[in-house]
Amino acid sequence: MSGNTVSTYNTCPMIAYLIRRILYAVPTLVGVNLLTFALFFVVNTPDDMARMQLGIKRVTPEAIEKWKQQRGYDKPLFINSATGGAGKLTDTIFWQKSAGMFVFDFGYSDDGRSIAREIATRMGPSLAVALPTFLIGLVVYVSFALLMTLFRATALDMAGVALCVLLMSISGLFYIIGGQFLVSKLWHLVPISGYAGGGEGFKFVVLPIVIGVVGGIGSSSRWYRTIFIEEIGKDYVRTARAKGLSEPRVMFTHVLKNAMIPVLTGVVVVIPLLFMGSLLTESFFGIPGLGSYTIDAINAQDFSVVRAMVFLGSVLYIAGLILTDVSYTMVDPRVRLS
Amino acid sequence: MSFMPVMLWSDALVFLLLGAGGIGAWYVRRHEHLLLPWRRVARSATAMVSLLVLSLFLIVGLLDTLHYRAALTGKNGAETVYSPEVLSVLDKLVEPLRIHTEKTYSAPLALTLYAKESMTDAQGNILREYPRLQYGGTHLSGASQRVADVVKRALLGALAGLLAGGLLVWIVRRRVEQRAVLVAILVFAVLIGALASLAAAYHVLGTDKVGQDVLYLSLKSIRTGLIIGTVTTLVTLPLALFLGVAAGYFRGWVDDVIQYIYTVLSSIPSVLLIAAAVLMMQVTIDTHPEWFETTAARADLRLVFLCLILGMTSWTGLCRLLRGETLKLREMEYIQAAQSFGVSSLRILTRHIMPNVMHIILIALVMDFSALVLAEAVLSYVGVGVDPSMISFGTMINAARLEMGREPMVWWALAAAFGFMLVLVLAANLFADAVRDAFDPRLNRTGS
Repeated sequence: MSGNTVSTYNTCPMIAYLIRRILYAVPTLVGVNLLTFALFFVVNTPDDMARMQLGIKRVTPEAIEKWKQQRGYDKPLFINSATGGAGKLTDTIFWQKSAGMFVFDFGYSDDGRSIAREIATRMGPSLAVALPTFLIGLVVYVSFALLMTLFRATALDMAGVALCVLLMSISGLFYIIGGQFLVSKLWHLVPISGYAGGGEGFKFVVLPIVIGVVGGIGSSSRWYRTIFIEEIGKDYVRTARAKGLSEPRVMFTHVLKNAMIPVLTGVVVVIPLLFMGSLLTESFFGIPGLGSYTIDAINAQDFSVVRAMVFLGSVLYIAGLILTDVSYTMVDPRVRLS
Repeated sequence: MSFMPVMLWSDALVFLLLGAGGIGAWYVRRHEHLLLPWRRVARSATAMVSLLVLSLFLIVGLLDTLHYRAALTGKNGAETVYSPEVLSVLDKLVEPLRIHTEKTYSAPLALTLYAKESMTDAQGNILREYPRLQYGGTHLSGASQRVADVVKRALLGALAGLLAGGLLVWIVRRRVEQRAVLVAILVFAVLIGALASLAAAYHVLGTDKVGQDVLYLSLKSIRTGLIIGTVTTLVTLPLALFLGVAAGYFRGWVDDVIQYIYTVLSSIPSVLLIAAAVLMMQVTIDTHPEWFETTAARADLRLVFLCLILGMTSWTGLCRLLRGETLKLREMEYIQAAQSFGVSSLRILTRHIMPNVMHIILIALVMDFSALVLAEAVLSYVGVGVDPSMISFGTMINAARLEMGREPMVWWALAAAFGFMLVLVLAANLFADAVRDAFDPRLNRTGS
C-alpha cells in the first residue's frame, strides 16, 4: 500500500484499481450468499418453511407442495441430477435464488411484494435519520475530542473522559426509551413515533437523530481523543511548537489534518451502510426504513427479505472498504493504489 | 439425597473458564515478567474498586451457576422423584424473594398493589381500594408506619453491614494498598446490609407484571450477562488466535484462505447474521423437544448457542489485529534467528509469537466483555437473544418497555435492569481501561 515514492496521480490506475477491487468482491459475495443459504436451507428445509407459513397443524402435503412451487422452492438445493448439462447447477434453489442478487433482482417477499421496490421506497426514510445522525455526530464527536485534547491532562479533560466512559456504559436502549419518555411523553415536544415525508417529517426525525448522536458520544469522542493524543506526541508537532505556533494553531492546522488519516478508517467504511438505517432506532420510532423492514422480516421469518438485506449489507460494506482505500489516496500522498 | 446436582452446559463452560483462569493466574504468579503489568493494574485505585464490584457480580453469578433439582417429598418408600424445576444455590439463599410473588405490579417498598380492585368490606359494601400485598410489608398495620419502619430497617441493616464491612476492612487492611478500596468495601457492605434488611420485609425494587420480585430478577440476570460476556470468548479466542497467527506467519495461500473467511464473515451485518443463526437454532430446538429434560436445560442450551453465534461473528476483528501483529513480528531478528537455527514452525509460533501477542488478546477480551453485555439486551429486544423464559437484563427491559405507557408509570423494572447493567458495564469498562493502560506497550511509561 504505502510506498516511498510519491505517486504520479492520474485517473487510469484509479479505474483499473476500482475494477480489480470490484472483481475481488465477487467471490466474497458468493461466500456471503453460500453462508446465508446454508444457514437458512440446510437447517430449515423448504418443507419446514412452508409449514411455518401455512400454520403448523392441519396442513396437507399438497398445500406444502403448492406453496413450494409458487415460490420456486420445489427444486433440489445445490445439484439437480434430473436435468443434464448446465441445468444440473442452474435448475436448483441456490442458483435460482442467488444469481438474481448480483444484478440486484431480489425477487418477492413472502407476502408477494417486490423486495427491490420496497428497498427503494424505504431507503429514503432510513437516510433521513441515518445521514443527519452521522454528519452531526461526526462534528460533535470530533469537536468534543478536540476540546479534550486541547485541555489534555487538566481537570476538564479528566471530567470529559470520565463522562465518555459513563456514557458508553449506558445501554443504547436506555437512550431511546429514556429520550422517548422525557421528550415525547413528559414534555410533549415531538410525537413518540411515526414518519412523514418532506418538511413535515422534521418533527418525527429530530428525536431519533438527537438520541443517535448522544448515544454515540461516549465511545466515539473517546476514540477520536486517543487518535489526537497519539498524533500530538509526534515529532512534527514538537517542531511546530518549537517554531512558536500557538497551541490552537498547532491543533487545528497540523494535528487535525494529520489525524484525518486514522479517523477516515473508521468513518468512511460506514457511509454506504447508512442506507441500511438502524434496526433499533427505526423500530422504536416507527420509521418505515430498511432497519424496521429487516426486523419485521426477522420476526416473520421471511427468508427472501432477510437474505436480500444480508446481501445488500455486504455489498455496501465492501463498497465502504473500497471507498476507504480510495479516500486514503486523496488525503495521504504517501499511499498509492496498488 | 434430598437433591440432585445438575450440570447445565453453560455451568460446565463456566467451570472450564474458571479452571483456565486459575491455571493462567498460577502461571503468571510464577513469572515475574508476566506479573509486572498486573502489578501496574493493582496500583490503580479505579481498577481495584472496579474489580471489587466485578467480584461481587461474579459471586452472585457463581452462586447462580451451582444448579440442583430438589427431591419431591410425599411418596414414602417409592423411588425418589426430583422436581422438574432446576434451582441454583442463589435461589435457595434468596428463597423468600423467589417464592413471595404478588398478584401483579407493586411499586418499590409499597404496601399495596399498583392497581385498585373491588373488595367487599365487613359490612358488605363494595369498595374500590388498593389491595394490600401478600408479602410486602405485612407486619405493618397501616401506611402511616411505613416511612418510619423503612428508615429503621435500613439503618439497622446499614449498621450491621458497617460492622461486617469494618471487620473485613480490618482483616485486609495490610494487604490493600489503596484507601479507596477500603472505603468501597465499607460503602458496599452498608448498601448490601440495608438492602438485605429491607428485602426481608418488602419488595425493595417492586414487583413485575406477574408479581415477581424485581430484585430477584435483577440478581438472576447477572449470571446471564456474565455468561454472555465470558463464554463467548471461548469461541472467539481459539479461532482468532490460531487463524490470525497462522495467516500472519505462513502467508501465501493460508493467508488468502483465512482472509477470505473473515472478509465474508465481517461483511455480513452482524445483527443479521446473528438473527439468521438464532432463527435457525430456534427451529431446530422447537422440532426436537425430546432433547431436553427440563425447560431450564432448553433455555440454557439456547444461551450457549447464542454465545457460540456471538463468538462466530465477533472473532474477525481480533483475528485481523493478530494477523497484522504477526506479520510484523515474523520479520523480527529473533524470529529469523530461530528460523535459521531450524526451529520448527509450531515451536516458533508457540514459543516466540504467541507470547508476544498475548497483550493484544487480553486487551481485546476485557474490552469485548462490556460490549457483549450490552449487546445481549439489544438482541433480546430484537427477538434473537436469550430464551424468553430465561431471566436476563434484555428480557426484563423488553417486558418493562411496554409498560411505559401506563398511568402512573411502571418504571421500577426498567430502572433496576438499566441500573444493574450500568454498574456492571461501567466497572468492566474501567477495569478494561486499567488493563489496557498496563499492558499496551505503545504507551510510554516513565518511572515504572
